Amino acid sequence: MTETTQTEMGNSPLVPDGMRGFVTDWSSDQRAFKNVPWGKAMMWIFLLSDTFIFSCFLLSYMKVRMSTTVPWPNPSEVFALSFGGEPIPLILIAIMTFILISSSGTMAMAVMFGYKRDRRTTAILMLVTALFGASFVGMQVFEWTKLIVDEGVRPWGNPMGAAQFGSTFFMITGFHGFHVSIGVIFLFAIARKVWRGDYDLATRGFFTSRKGNYESVEIMGLYWHFVDLVWVFIFAFFYLW
Amino acid sequence: MAQADDTAHVEGQQHPIGVYFKVWGLLFVLSAGSYAVDYFHLESYLRWTLIIVFMLLKAGLIVAIFMHMRWERLAMIYAITIPPVLVVVFMGLMVFEADYTFLTRGIFFSMGN
Repeated sequence: MTETTQTEMGNSPLVPDGMRGFVTDWSSDQRAFKNVPWGKAMMWIFLLSDTFIFSCFLLSYMKVRMSTTVPWPNPSEVFALSFGGEPIPLILIAIMTFILISSSGTMAMAVMFGYKRDRRTTAILMLVTALFGASFVGMQVFEWTKLIVDEGVRPWGNPMGAAQFGSTFFMITGFHGFHVSIGVIFLFAIARKVWRGDYDLATRGFFTSRKGNYESVEIMGLYWHFVDLVWVFIFAFFYLW
Repeated sequence: MAQADDTAHVEGQQHPIGVYFKVWGLLFVLSAGSYAVDYFHLESYLRWTLIIVFMLLKAGLIVAIFMHMRWERLAMIYAITIPPVLVVVFMGLMVFEADYTFLTRGIFFSMGN
């Protein structure tokens, strides 16, 4: 693969915009994604497949919740937390949501500073993102512990209602938490390379012997934003519904 | 995309930092909104509608701005955003199946053994 992927498209008559551009791109020889580096296209396609995985989880959850004859536990009460006084409904989940959104914000800015070749700021912003992510996972561990130890929720049953609550909860949030954990590791790895200046020197590395550049930060960002995106759906369908 | 040539593709995706701060703020407001739905115990169709609206707005902002989809070419946008729409068909199938299961269970349990 050559390095000239991010070509200047401009307003060349050969590559029209809009609907016409869509048709010419897809009917052209060799490559459909004209100005998208292959690594980024592959990340998008991976995320598309991941979308289907999470869709399957959420759909099976929907199916199970719709077909149970036993009342579903009220998530608003199950996930309430009290700080000495009245229990506040869903407060931990709300905090986790805000943390994940903030991490998405810092990640988006890391991508921007990456393309500006501001190495230091990019690396710092990525580390901040990773710390937000790690604290998210930490809170999830706390949430799981509380649910398993204090509330007695198990994948096969719980004292509050429908038995399927536990299995779908652990499956969906577990898989999401796993994605966040992998993302944190991925963030540290890329941040280290940014900090060392690997992408300025086009040092060979990562999974292949390909020369690196700041696209890697954007690709990393796509994965991270996707994790946030999935949480938006889990928050809506599992916690709020 | 008419606005695709503003600042995109100078080198990669470069946009003014203000855009990110604005979207960040909006996402906070929308999240607060969806949390409020639960906090104020809204029920039934009002609750479900608001949840879906807030969810779709948040998802749209993340994909369009943070993931830069808005500045990509249509070939890319359609390749990624059209396939997930088919999930709606899957959802329809599962709703049908869930109703059937619920009905069968109702009949079975009402028979008393």
